[in-house]
Amino acid sequence: MNTITLNLITGRTIQQGVSMESGKEKPDYMKACGIIELDPSDIKKLGIWKNTNVRVTSEYGSIIVKAIEATQGPHPGIGWIPMGPWANMVVDINTYSTGMPTFKGTKVTVEPAENETVLDSLSVVLKACGQ
Amino acid sequence: MTEILIKNGFVFDPTQEIKGDKKDIAVKDGKIVDKVSSSAKVIDATGMTVMAGGVDIHTHVAGAKVNVGRNFRPEDKLQAVYEPARGVRHMSGGYSVPTVFKTAYKYADLGYTTVFEAAMPPLYARHTHEEMRDTPILDQGAFPMFGNNWFMLDYLKNQEYDNAAAYIAWLLRSTKGYGIKCVNPGGTEAWGWGLNCLTVNDPVPYFEITPREIISGLINANESLLLPHSMHLHGNNLGNPGNYTTTLDSLKIAEGVKTDNKFGREQVLHHTHIQFHSYGGTTWADFESKGPEVMDYINKNKNITCDIGFVTLDETTTMTGDGPFEHHLTALNHLKWANTDVEVECGSGIVPYVYSKDVYVCGVQWSIGLEMALLAKDHMRCHLTTDHPNAGPFTRYPRVMKWLMNQESREALLHTMKNEDKVRDRSSLSSIDRELTLYEIAMMTRAGTAKALGLADRCGGLGIGLQADIAVYPFNPETDGNDAEKIEWAFGNAVYLVKDGQIIINDSEIVSNGNKKTYWVDVTTNPNKQVERDISEMFTKYYTVTEKNYDVEEHAFMKNPFVIKVDATQ
Amino acid sequence: MSKLVTDVICPFCGTLCDDLEVEVSDDGKQILEVRNACAIGATKFLHSQASDRIIRPRMKQDDGTWKDVSYAEAAKYAAKILCEAKKPLMYGWSSTSCEAQATGHMIAEQVGGIVDNTATVCHGPSLIAVHDVGIPSCTLGEVKNRADRIVFWGCNPAHAHPRHMSRYSIFPRGYFTGKGSKSRKIIVVDPRPTDTASLADYHVQVEQGRDYELLNAIRVAFKNGPLPDVVAGVPKEKIYEVSRVLKSGRFVVIFFGMGVTHSLGKNHNIDEAIAVTSDLNAYTKASIIPMRGHYNVTGSGQVLGWQFGFPFCVDLSRGFARYNPGETSSNDLLLRNEVDACFVLGSDPGSHFPNKSVQEIYKLPSVCIDPHMTPTAAVSKCHVPVAFVGVEVGGSCYRMDNVPIESRKVVDPPAGMLTDDEFLKLVLAEVMTIKGAA
Repeated sequence: MNTITLNLITGRTIQQGVSMESGKEKPDYMKACGIIELDPSDIKKLGIWKNTNVRVTSEYGSIIVKAIEATQGPHPGIGWIPMGPWANMVVDINTYSTGMPTFKGTKVTVEPAENETVLDSLSVVLKACGQ
Repeated sequence: MTEILIKNGFVFDPTQEIKGDKKDIAVKDGKIVDKVSSSAKVIDATGMTVMAGGVDIHTHVAGAKVNVGRNFRPEDKLQAVYEPARGVRHMSGGYSVPTVFKTAYKYADLGYTTVFEAAMPPLYARHTHEEMRDTPILDQGAFPMFGNNWFMLDYLKNQEYDNAAAYIAWLLRSTKGYGIKCVNPGGTEAWGWGLNCLTVNDPVPYFEITPREIISGLINANESLLLPHSMHLHGNNLGNPGNYTTTLDSLKIAEGVKTDNKFGREQVLHHTHIQFHSYGGTTWADFESKGPEVMDYINKNKNITCDIGFVTLDETTTMTGDGPFEHHLTALNHLKWANTDVEVECGSGIVPYVYSKDVYVCGVQWSIGLEMALLAKDHMRCHLTTDHPNAGPFTRYPRVMKWLMNQESREALLHTMKNEDKVRDRSSLSSIDRELTLYEIAMMTRAGTAKALGLADRCGGLGIGLQADIAVYPFNPETDGNDAEKIEWAFGNAVYLVKDGQIIINDSEIVSNGNKKTYWVDVTTNPNKQVERDISEMFTKYYTVTEKNYDVEEHAFMKNPFVIKVDATQ
Repeated sequence: MSKLVTDVICPFCGTLCDDLEVEVSDDGKQILEVRNACAIGATKFLHSQASDRIIRPRMKQDDGTWKDVSYAEAAKYAAKILCEAKKPLMYGWSSTSCEAQATGHMIAEQVGGIVDNTATVCHGPSLIAVHDVGIPSCTLGEVKNRADRIVFWGCNPAHAHPRHMSRYSIFPRGYFTGKGSKSRKIIVVDPRPTDTASLADYHVQVEQGRDYELLNAIRVAFKNGPLPDVVAGVPKEKIYEVSRVLKSGRFVVIFFGMGVTHSLGKNHNIDEAIAVTSDLNAYTKASIIPMRGHYNVTGSGQVLGWQFGFPFCVDLSRGFARYNPGETSSNDLLLRNEVDACFVLGSDPGSHFPNKSVQEIYKLPSVCIDPHMTPTAAVSKCHVPVAFVGVEVGGSCYRMDNVPIESRKVVDPPAGMLTDDEFLKLVLAEVMTIKGAA
């Protein structure tokens, strides 16, 4: 059981798009976006099986997502969470006076969290808001 | 509807040869009438100048490139006070590329009521119409561009003139356009490959047709379709030293062409912003005016009209359907450059520009515009524009009037130029002592433009039966003479403005957003299966929108569409 | 029996495909089949039919549960919070029609709101770059008909704009590109070997966040200048080769996306990408096009432009229009706690803003106008479902290349459901009443 440090990027995937349009409150959206895509070498470093849950933490927050093997890899050292409430728990909020938060290029640590669960989108957001 | 009586003003109306006589103008049901009842609202115009509402024949105020100009120049908003909303007015800002609201309010202050957008890319027609719809007060119309359209290039090359005409009729109907605009014929298509056409004989790459054939074909198509306006040309080689030969070559193409339309239009070719096309020399070093040569030709040829495109010596934003020219300009001034090439049809470019009176080329450009207008023999055929915003913002029209009407003001400005001697040397302006009269200004700004647009039966004059578009300016020709500063102030601050019989400006305050109209021309031609097939094929193969999604729907995108129907089936 | 609606516009992404065919039931109420659309577009049409769709406005109770209210009550609440606020944020506007946007702007003018659209988390930096250096561009048909060099820089149309490649950029046969994809060389610049990269002739695996350096190196290579052995993780030989390929094209188009706008450098990355394009015009013809996300985010920028003169984050709170990204932009305002009410239409900041901003929205009086249940709706005080623009009501939309297309109504919305524009007009009327101007 190890903790690794990665450069996190976020963005669209087709599954994110389809599941978002099918309803963000539905489990499919969580399946599509409550994940982190990791390079096989990073999964190895982390010492976990693929498709197990991990905790991703940055200076800005922390979130439980499921670690899966990179679908558009290899990209060692880079973690990918599709855009959505999960990614937005940890992205770099700084806009540097451009209006644009730094959604790509956030330093994060990833650690195994096999016993934690991935929350659905509404729960992620409401829980963070303290409801 | 209310009746209005505008009493006791000094009236200038070239359409009736009224030259400053004290007259009353009566208005009823939106029209000018000979008399009204005693219950009419009386506007006391004593000591003031009364003219028909201004008619702008060429200005860039609505559509894709104008909005690029707005959005890519936030700094332009800092050049003028951003005015808060008050009364019927929305917040309004911008200087050389004002918002739609400011465009309307400022034109109204200038006493203008009809304004034609000079370049509408057909694929972007919906955008042009959305902006015109959201522009209050003003009656508007727009000219779709044809000079680089693949259909035109093909039909004209193959001398299929009936097909060309049928296609034009179809495009006017689809885009709700008003007339035929031709910008840098062939040159903008060449720009698709980074090239240009600089003379009327340069072949267009691949299409193997010359600008001469395009211009000639469009003029003839325009006349066969009996359109209200003539072919509206922005010729090749704009803005370059020595381009006046290209201009004369272009104008000569109209020789011998006659018109037969029912709109009272006499010209077959309108050449726009002629100032930009009247340059001598071979480089910027020996750059000089050839305005007198070009104006002499126009004076002698009655089937041509022109507008000037006066340089106003301001910081402004240039925008034109002449893509290669804007690329050339950004290489000259190194300011930011926007360009949009439009599939199948045309293109456009935008570059900010600072016309400084201390740069001698700008000083000469300023001189050429004034020189040409002062050498013109018939101001019904020579119109006042700044090619807004290319040579300067339209808000400077009163300043241009000042220069035209007052020699001292011209001299005073020349004196302050860093390169005064050089500027004086490169044009004949200093030797001209002519000062235009208000009557001539009225020709240049409403009577002449309305006639050239084929709208003389609706606007541009104060004759009985015309639509009641009337401006009242705080200028007393008897006591103000040609007081330069008074001219500039008065013609930018109409005290009253009536449009379609409705009071828009009352006592110098905008009180209504009016009930604007959008003109478009619907020409009926003989059915033409070939053209229908060609259009369908072009949409299937080469456009990225479908044929059904191309048409601009009147109901959604136009406010008070006003169709001028023409039957060209003979 | 069923009927076929053709030439339907897809209200999902900025590609704005306009060739969809939708089969609807004879009574015009049910969508049976969607043809020609990508998976996302088809889902969008079909999901509008969901049986669990929310069809009435709701207010959140103190215990966190929802209570149905009428549209009139919802409009009254919206007007009240907007009028009482000193600096209300009116965000979204990218998944609605230009007509609704214009109505929204009239509300903002009355209440002194801040109007911001999704460009603020999408192509805002691109708009800023355009202020700096302009943008040589073209319509997508020019790409189809002329382009023989296509660059996808920091964008992944295979996932985000699924039909882009077949309609415009890689595969279509155009007027001067009769051999389709064989007429073109494709270059993909991305830190990951994406699915788009798998279609490319050249994949340039730039080190994440080093786009500026690489773009700058390409400009050097155009002039055959010297380069270090490796720039941004890319060997110099590859940079020289890519620049040769670009210069040798007859018509080059660069498409760029969030890879450059979201990474450090932001607008400066795009400055440099535009500079590459401008430089190329000295050798050949070149254009650059941002891959806009929402189907009408471009339209929002256009309407704001012609009404107020700025493309996003327009602050009307001082009685005239101000614009200063970094100050008047949504996330900066929220993170600095400057906003005192939040009005969201046609976007989902609850999902797509950093969570710190979402927590701020949660604390504010707020309205979310959205056909779906979304995280934004979940954190708002009032949720107003409306008809789907482009499915249940038409309206003007602007494609990523600024071409306006009128979207179509395909089926009726559920009975009694208002459109965006209708609801906004109710709010505007309430605002005018409160302001005493009616």
